[in-house]
Amino acid sequence: MSETTGEPSESAEPRGIDPDIDLRDRRQARELPDAPWVVLPLIAAGGAIGGTARYGAGGLLPTAPGEFPVATFLVNVSGCLLIGVLMALIARAGPRFRPARPFLGVGVLGGYTTFSTYIADVQGLLDAGRPAVALAYLGTTLLCALAAVWAGTALAEAALGRAGNGGGR
Amino acid sequence: MTALMVALGAAIGAPLRYLVDRYVQARHDSAFPWGTHAANATACLLLGAAVQAALPGWAFAFAATGLLGALSTYSTFGYETFALLRTGARFLAFANAAASIAAGLGAASIGAALGRALTG
Repeated sequence: MSETTGEPSESAEPRGIDPDIDLRDRRQARELPDAPWVVLPLIAAGGAIGGTARYGAGGLLPTAPGEFPVATFLVNVSGCLLIGVLMALIARAGPRFRPARPFLGVGVLGGYTTFSTYIADVQGLLDAGRPAVALAYLGTTLLCALAAVWAGTALAEAALGRAGNGGGR
Repeated sequence: MTALMVALGAAIGAPLRYLVDRYVQARHDSAFPWGTHAANATACLLLGAAVQAALPGWAFAFAATGLLGALSTYSTFGYETFALLRTGARFLAFANAAASIAAGLGAASIGAALGRALTG
């Protein structure tokens, strides 16, 4: 759908595909060998926070067998919105913000969102004889997740652009 | 108690995913996000087995909700698919979404079969 009319490329540097670890970025490639006893605990602490938040969401919105898994859906879509915001902020923030990617991106959001439960939910709905619900859940999660990454990125870039152009503090 | 087990499991699963991702990404030079794909498929396989294993509540919270939940990720999967779309790699983006879901469902089925076979 999108034509190859080159969008005005205002982003300063090209961004990688993998938000967890971009090995073409020399600083990211070196972060583990340079400081394994900082990076891994940072990710573990973030993962504990994110995983507990996901568990809490499941407790607030329990799903009966055969029903649309609302909690996992909301967790995954909101996590996608947040990673869009986070990566846009990190792309702008520079080296001072460096621990944010492993802690917030890999740890908190990685622990918060889940692909394995999403797949187990689909399988559970199929086993419960609800193929239509399974397909709807499969598709809406994927589409809403992609829309959420896009929205998070666009919102953060718009906010940063305004802050940048304003030239204020 | 259960929440603590989830937190402990996730504190192991999240760095494990980072290490798997890093290990896989260092071994190819294509744009396809094989690292996340490998972590997600592995988590689906193991979760399929865990569901069959009739674990006690605390063990399920630790291993399935915590560890395997954090070993897999939707935010990174979503971001990578979006990033591929944005760089114009529409085929790779579509392939990533389709292959992740297909591999996840296949791995979960294999895991469930293994779990049933092992637990009787």
